[in-house]
Amino acid sequence: MTTTLTKPPADAAPEPTKRSRLPKSARAGGTLHAGPIAYVILVLFTVGSLFPLVWTAIAASRDNNRLAQTPPPFWFGSNLFSNLKIAWNDANLGEAFFNTTFVAGVSAATVVILSTIAGFAFAKLRFRGRGALMLLVIGTMMVPPQLSVIPLYMMVAKLDWTDQLQAVILPSLVSAFGVFFMRQYLIQALPDEIIEAARVDGASSWRVVWHIVFPAARPAMAVLGMLTFVQTWNDFLWPFLVLTQTGNPTVQVAVAGLGRGYTPDQSLIMAGALLGTLPLLIVFSIFGKQIVGGIMQGAVKG
Amino acid sequence: MSTRHDTAAPPEKEGGAAPAARGGSAPPTEAEARRRLRLSRRWQRDVRWSPYAFVSPFFVLFIAFGLFPLIYTGWASLHTVELTAPTDMDWVGMRNYTRIFDDDFFWNAAKNTLTIGVISTVPQLAMAMGLAHILNYKLRASTFYRVAMLAPYATSIAAASLVFVLLFGRDYGMINWVLDAVGLDKIDWQNDKWPSQIAVSTIIIWRWTGYNALIYLAAMQAIPQDLYESAALDGASRWRQFIHVTLPSLRPTILFTVVVSTIGASQVFGEPLLFDANKGASGGAEHQFQTLGLYLYEQGWVNQHLGRASAIAWTMFLILIIIGIVNYVISRRLRASS
Repeated sequence: MTTTLTKPPADAAPEPTKRSRLPKSARAGGTLHAGPIAYVILVLFTVGSLFPLVWTAIAASRDNNRLAQTPPPFWFGSNLFSNLKIAWNDANLGEAFFNTTFVAGVSAATVVILSTIAGFAFAKLRFRGRGALMLLVIGTMMVPPQLSVIPLYMMVAKLDWTDQLQAVILPSLVSAFGVFFMRQYLIQALPDEIIEAARVDGASSWRVVWHIVFPAARPAMAVLGMLTFVQTWNDFLWPFLVLTQTGNPTVQVAVAGLGRGYTPDQSLIMAGALLGTLPLLIVFSIFGKQIVGGIMQGAVKG
Repeated sequence: MSTRHDTAAPPEKEGGAAPAARGGSAPPTEAEARRRLRLSRRWQRDVRWSPYAFVSPFFVLFIAFGLFPLIYTGWASLHTVELTAPTDMDWVGMRNYTRIFDDDFFWNAAKNTLTIGVISTVPQLAMAMGLAHILNYKLRASTFYRVAMLAPYATSIAAASLVFVLLFGRDYGMINWVLDAVGLDKIDWQNDKWPSQIAVSTIIIWRWTGYNALIYLAAMQAIPQDLYESAALDGASRWRQFIHVTLPSLRPTILFTVVVSTIGASQVFGEPLLFDANKGASGGAEHQFQTLGLYLYEQGWVNQHLGRASAIAWTMFLILIIIGIVNYVISRRLRASS
């Protein structure tokens, strides 16, 4: 029903071999050089994608009065570091960073490990009910987790976990997408012969997982880990419901709190927004290529 | 559950061959035979049950934090439950449902969710398709564009919404300044109905277009090259190739992104919450951009009626199931016709 890419997505598609004998129009899709219009459109979209981020930094470097003038500022002012410092303290961002890193780290690690072993079972092991269970996993991707927030909130309230990080961590420990992603990867990346050979040598299933599946899955595990980390880091609704700005906020709760406080100092809000986004943007500028490859690899095709 | 490497052999039907017993060709002693039998049983148990052990953590956690709460939401929706005492539940039958269906704000929120969903999803996916098509050409610095387009995906709802609040500001916002500069009237992006919905949709479009473009690009790159070659030899123009080769091949991917975007659109919450200048959960002074997600939050956490909020959640769930069925039917029709 589904397949993944066989080639690394960051590369362009391979050249057709008989290129010269075909009309020019035959070479669509990855082999034809883009014309100037394509570059113009791409540059426009790139500017559109990056401008709000750049402007966040510009606004964060000004003071509130300057933001309430026309025309709005187009270049950096001198208040960046003082604004960042005030926002950092006002929004309790130090604690928020620690909390979010912890939550996102635990959830990414758990999702990656559980998804890998479940994905391996679905990809390579035969067992009764495999097809039905896999359908169930795909089905659970269709159930939005947000619709479960009310009983979860009741549970958390009853356990007295409001403002506690475990309330945020527990529902984020599994990911149907993760299971699916790892299954797709392992179907291709893990030759049956290796598992058979290990079996013939007498390795138990757990040994196979530990010595063969985990090493083979490492690249996909890294990508899934990054994707999960980004998602958990940016998660808003559930942390917003169970955490308050004063007790154990995550970065998103803290940043949103800046915007919802009654101190309408926009430059400080922008400084907070910038601080909340910066770590992920740094991660992106370093691992962007891998993350892009991962998203493209996880793309579902029936 | 470690197994001795040197002796355990997979059963014959698994295709494995038993390794030679230690000591060469000497017949195994009775104790040795029993030991082998034991190991072989353990082996069979391992082969039979370990797949379930591997998939069970997912299902256990999913049942605990996904399925059970969803069903319990349905149960709670038939009760009066207040936020202040979430464990006291009084049976009221369908009253929560009739109450919300009688509430104009529910229908308003449902309509807003639909319109915001359409004006955020349709342009988003159309632009993503166009972008993917361009990215599929041979490009200089193609990785750079891809990463840059994905940067909004790394930006949180909170940060993105706050920036767009400023950009869409009525008096000093960048967008109105541009409109003014080109001689158009300023627009009250926060208080007028359609402008505010467009503004909220813009945040969503900004965050997700690049992501969807990458998904389409991945699907495009998997289309076999010879399909294009034979189409070209038949004299198809590039546009006709796109219509007759690319789009049909992308059908499953398009359906997938439509489903995912629909689910996302039905849940929109953070963007309208933070876009509200009055800092409430009503989605603007006149509820002009209150979505179902925001309405749920308002009923449950502002008005403290968890039972009614549960009824909203279940209504949303039922709507999603209907959308899912419609999608399924359409995709079957499409598959049958192709």
